[in-house]
Parts: sequence; C-alpha cells; structure tokens
Amino acid sequence: MKTLMLGNEAVARGLYEAGCSFVSSYPGTPSTEITEAAAKYPEIYAEWAPNEKVAMESAFGAALAGHRSFCGMKHVGLNVAADPLFTISYTGVNAGMVIVVADDAGMHSSQNEQDSRHYAKASKIPMLEPADSAEALAFAKLAYDLSEKFDTPVLLKMCTRVSHSQSVVETSDRVEAPAKPYEKNGAKYIMMPGNAKRRHPVVEQRTADLTAWAETAEINRIEDGADHKIGIITGSTSYQYVKEVCGDTYPVLKLGMVWPLPVQKILDFAASVEQVLVVEELDGFLETHCRNLGLDVVGKERFSCIDELSQNLVAEKLGRAPKTGTALDEPIPPRPPVMCAGCPHRGLFYTLKKNKLTVMGDIGCYTLGAVAPLAAMDATICMGASISGLHGFLKSGGDSKNTVAVIGDSTFMHSGMTGLVNVAYNESNATVIILDNSITGMTGHQQNPTTGYNLKGNPATKIDLETLCHATGIRRVRVVDPYNLKECDEAVREELAADEPSVIISRRPCALLKTVKHGKPLFVDQDQCKECGMCMKIGCPAISMIGGKAKIDNTLCTGCGVCRQLCKFDALQLPKED
Amino acid sequence: METKNIMIVGVGGQGSLLASKLLGRLLLTRGYDIKVSEVHGMSQRGGSVVTYVRFGDKVYSPIIDKGEADYIVSFELLEAARWTEYLKPGGTIVTNTQQINPMPVITGAASYPEHLVAKMEAKGLNVDAIDALKLAEEAGSAKAVNIVLMGRLSKCFDLPLEDWMTAIEHSVPEKFLELNKKAFTLGRNA
Repeated sequence: MKTLMLGNEAVARGLYEAGCSFVSSYPGTPSTEITEAAAKYPEIYAEWAPNEKVAMESAFGAALAGHRSFCGMKHVGLNVAADPLFTISYTGVNAGMVIVVADDAGMHSSQNEQDSRHYAKASKIPMLEPADSAEALAFAKLAYDLSEKFDTPVLLKMCTRVSHSQSVVETSDRVEAPAKPYEKNGAKYIMMPGNAKRRHPVVEQRTADLTAWAETAEINRIEDGADHKIGIITGSTSYQYVKEVCGDTYPVLKLGMVWPLPVQKILDFAASVEQVLVVEELDGFLETHCRNLGLDVVGKERFSCIDELSQNLVAEKLGRAPKTGTALDEPIPPRPPVMCAGCPHRGLFYTLKKNKLTVMGDIGCYTLGAVAPLAAMDATICMGASISGLHGFLKSGGDSKNTVAVIGDSTFMHSGMTGLVNVAYNESNATVIILDNSITGMTGHQQNPTTGYNLKGNPATKIDLETLCHATGIRRVRVVDPYNLKECDEAVREELAADEPSVIISRRPCALLKTVKHGKPLFVDQDQCKECGMCMKIGCPAISMIGGKAKIDNTLCTGCGVCRQLCKFDALQLPKED
Repeated sequence: METKNIMIVGVGGQGSLLASKLLGRLLLTRGYDIKVSEVHGMSQRGGSVVTYVRFGDKVYSPIIDKGEADYIVSFELLEAARWTEYLKPGGTIVTNTQQINPMPVITGAASYPEHLVAKMEAKGLNVDAIDALKLAEEAGSAKAVNIVLMGRLSKCFDLPLEDWMTAIEHSVPEKFLELNKKAFTLGRNA
C-alpha cells in the first residue's frame, strides 16, 4: 500500500516489517517519532529508557537474547551511548541490532552541529544513510540483514530533513524473525583484555568484508548523466538537492552506505568524469575518504561545513543563478520560541532573575529561561551538566550564596542524578532546582521514570524524587509550587543561605498536558492599570501592552495567576464567578 | 507536471502540522509524488514555524527555497511578511490578517510593522488577505484558523470539493468534523 510517512515513521515501519521486537530509546529531536511510532505496533515491545546508554545496552541485551532489537537517539545522545557502542562493535550481536542516530544540521533543536558519521568510522560499525522515507524503510530492513550477516550492530543515520519529511512509501507485511537462542560464548561477549584482543582482528576483517560488500551494493548506485565534465559524489538530503538542481545533467554516485566506503567503485566513478565534486552536509567525511584514495576532489572549500545545504545553495556553488524572491524593505521582528502561557517554569525563572542569581542551565524547554525578559541563565552545555557544572563552579570559587543549577525531571533522571551524588559525596554547597513538570516536554510529551506511566501509556513504577534526593545524602529537600512566587522566593533564599547542599523541587505539570485543567483567563481592569509594566517582566506571550495598558490575550491565558502576583494595583483580575 | 510548492507558515501552536497532513493526504489520492517537511521540537514553542509541501511527477528536495513557492499560506500576518522572499514571481500569498505579537514586540524591543498587506501589495505581490480568526470563531472555534485558510487555498486549485472534504474527514477527530467543514466552507467562500 502506498502511503505518506515521516522518515521517522518509515524507520519504525521498517523495524516492524523486519520482525524487530524490542525497542528502547531516549527521546531527542529529530529522532523521537521513530520510537513513538514503533510503540504503536503490538508486536514490538517499546520503552523509554532513562538515557541513551541504558537504551543501547538494553537493546544489546535483547539482541543477545536472540531477538531483533533497536535503539534510537539524536546525535548528542550517541555521545552518551558511545561507551557501549565501541565495545558492542567488538562483541557483535546474536540477533540483529540497529541503532538510529539523527543529526540536526542547522541546529533546529540542538546545542551543537556534530556529524555523527565520524562515530561509524571510529567505532568500526557500518552506517547506512537514507535520503527519503522510502529509503528509511528499506534501509532499516537491510540494516538487520547486514547486522546478522556480518555479526555487527548497524548504525542508521538520519537527519532533520529526512526524519521530519513525509514522502511516499510502499509498505509490506511483517516477516517474523526467528528467535536465535542465546548460547554462552565468553570469548565473544566477555570483553576483558584477553578476549578483546582476539576480537579486534575480527572487527578489522569485518570492515574489510563490508568494504567488499559496499563495492557492489545496490544502495551505492551510480546514476549516469549527460555531461561527464563533472561527477558528483553525495548522499542523504544533499543527493536530493543535487538532483533538484541538476536533474540528469551530471553523473551522480549516491552513497547509501557511508561506512565503510567502497574504494574501487569510487575510483572507477572518478575515472569516468573530469572533475569530482563531493556534496555533503557538515564535515567533509566522504571528501576525506576520496582524498585518502588519492583523488583530487572539490568539497568543503566550496560547500561549507556549517549549517544545512539547500537547492539554492547547491545551485550557487555549481555556478548557476539561485532563484530569488522579493523581500519587504523594513526589518521583520524575529519570533523566537518562548515559554508557553501558563508554563510552570516561568514563575521559578522570574524568581531567579529577581534575585540576580547565576544559573547553571540544562537541556529542555526551560533552556528558554535564557531568553529576554527572564534571561536567567548563564551556561547550558548538555544533559545533566547543570548540577556537575555547579559543583565544579562552587569548588573553584563560585559563590554558593547566589548560584543555582536548574534541571528538568526527565533530564535529572537521564544524567542529573550522578551529578547530585557527586555534590553530596564531595560536599559542595550546591542549591539544585529540579523543574518537575511531570513530563519530557521539549520533545513533545514523552513519559519518563518520574511520571508514573510508560511509553505504551500504561501505569508504571514512579520514582519518588524526594526520596531519591535524600538517598544521595542531601538532607534539605523541599517542594514548591512555581505558580506561587512568594513560596518560590522564600525557598530559593533560604536554601541559598543554608550551609549545606539542598534540592528544591519546583513541581507543577506542563500546562500543555491534556490532563491539566486551565483556569479562566484573567482580565485587566483598565482603570486600575497604572501602566507600570511589572506584568511584562515575566515574558508571558498572553500579556502585551497596547496603548500603554496591559492587555491579556484570552485565547492564550491559562489563568495561572503568576502575573497577578506582580501587579501592585490589582489591575489583573480573576474572572467573576458566573 | 512541474513540481508545485506550497509553504505553510505561522506561529508554533497554530496547527500547521494538521494543515500539511490534510494537504498531503489530498495530494496522495491524486497520485502525485509528494514531500512534506515539518518542524518539530524547539521551534514549536510559540516561535516562527514553516512547513513545506511539494508535489509533482517527481519531487527531490524536501524543502522550498527562496523564489520557489507557488503559494504561501500564512496563519498570521507578520509571518506572511517574513517569508515573502520565498514566493515565486507570480505566486500568491494567502494570509490571515490576525496579528500575534512576537516576544520582541511584547517586551518593547521591536514594534509590529504597520500596513503589511499594503506593503506586500506595493511590492507587486499577489496577496489574498482574510480575517480567518473571525471566520474560525464563526465556525465555532478560534483553533480552526488553519482549516479556514485551507478553504481559502482550495480556491487556487482545480480539485473537486469532495476530495477536500474527504481529506478533512481523515485528518480531524470525528467530534470536530462538522466545525472544521464549516470553517473550510467559510474560508472558501469568504
């Protein structure tokens, strides 16, 4: 059946059709929908793990037990899971194991622009790279065949434009993969030095075998062109841009497998054209391979390693006039993302701003606390870095009386806990604020160990954050309601003043959750409004000043009442009871 | 057929994903090759969002670049003005006249430009501007702005009305079906 699918949904369909029965992932844009879509197939057991390392190790365990398994993550998630990755390469698998890593060129929703193809080369694991949804489905299935044939985990590399583009796919039925009963084999699976030394040559031979496979693989295909002055080596979305611009003008070598790369196929292609161009997003990965083969190619000196490509960019770099349109003469104000109206993080960040605190931030919706007018953040690095960063900051002269860490509930479970253990064990006087909105917010509402539900939506064991924090050795643990500014202010001041580490749990569910009941919108008493602008200091998208007076957008206002606590003139009022 | 390009632009949370889903479904039944690119994650939090819908005999790139859009459907006026450069010469902008202040305007760091429809027209752009919010409210929900504008866009295409209605039936929940059909019709006939 022909249907439109997101690249991510197509990967999930590929898992289903290939007989995959175990999925464990941690959400991360642009990879999240793979696991959400996989969870909808009853034949697949699917779960959210607390982080990518746990997900990958669990998927390895499932493959070891004899069932085709999967884990998916965004590019930076693979950094977290890099430890198992490099050693699973040595052990190989039993049943097939596929790992998706989804890059985010252009940083639509990420903190860096890393090129994950380097991981394939570094860990000596084959990597396939689809260019649309149909390939995403087909490559996911192929990945399992390769995994079992060559006894290796297989990386499937997605990117934002493939993950989040819908295109036409043809689906087929699921073929159950027969279970491969686990057999004890310490020499293969116990990676202590003696065994690992014997596995390393196996890995090198595997790469050689896969290179031979890549020479004739259909997914590394040459599409001939009329003009052999130029030949283009490309893959993924870059292939789409090249074809969009050039059609069938130039020969194209489209590489569906980016590691290991063929040798003879590339040399033959290069020999058939006058000049080879390598068109790829981010780093010159294919280009470096070509240069290592002694080819004089044109690559990153013409196509930048920064940001995404596009058809206009490719056209321009090929010496063609890019298309243009008409812009207005005046500047159009930007529209950056903001915390939603009713967001429980707002009251807490107002408190941090008001007390002029130094704030170690973390990864989640609350990173938007860095944006004006709240602008209450000093550093954001990666998942969990708020707490560990604060610890080092305080140990090296940072002022414990005006510095805090903020971290979301899901991020705390991901990799914040270990930082808190370090705070307790190595005794820094840290004040850690856990922003518990009872969901993984930024990636679109995924359950996590603090929410009491699992990926399939069934009730699950719920971590008790207070008990967990106490168990690390932190004695001062308190809970505040971020809609109550006075309570937040008192808690922050008292815990900063305390001479021991403390945790403040700022607890209120995300205002976008369907289970959260909103109050009626507030209204502005125009006579009472003295145009002081205090209500504007919280950066609520539902409030603006029109004609000097505050105005509330009643389609956005959730009646949270945070603004009301700032108005000295009682101009922001609750709706009258009917 | 040469590839046709539709951009759907607006503010995160205005329902551009549903609109693109509807278009994708409609075009698939017509037998086209299609690509629809969406924005997820960070940009959905009240930020400027853009969705690309491309269809034709064979579609390669998933995105629409400057000077390529046959139609820009904008759910908010400032967003229409933001993306005019992406319109192909002779293309059409279908826009809601509703204004939603972005944070720099709310904080006073910038002001919302005035007379945007006139300014776009003065540049020689074809602009079809309607008050989609009013029509959506008339249909029963301010949230139906997306479907009102799909109704308006439908006038630009030579596709049977029944096909649009079928696509709506497959894209919205049963209990909101009548509301959305009404919103579509109001937009189409406005």
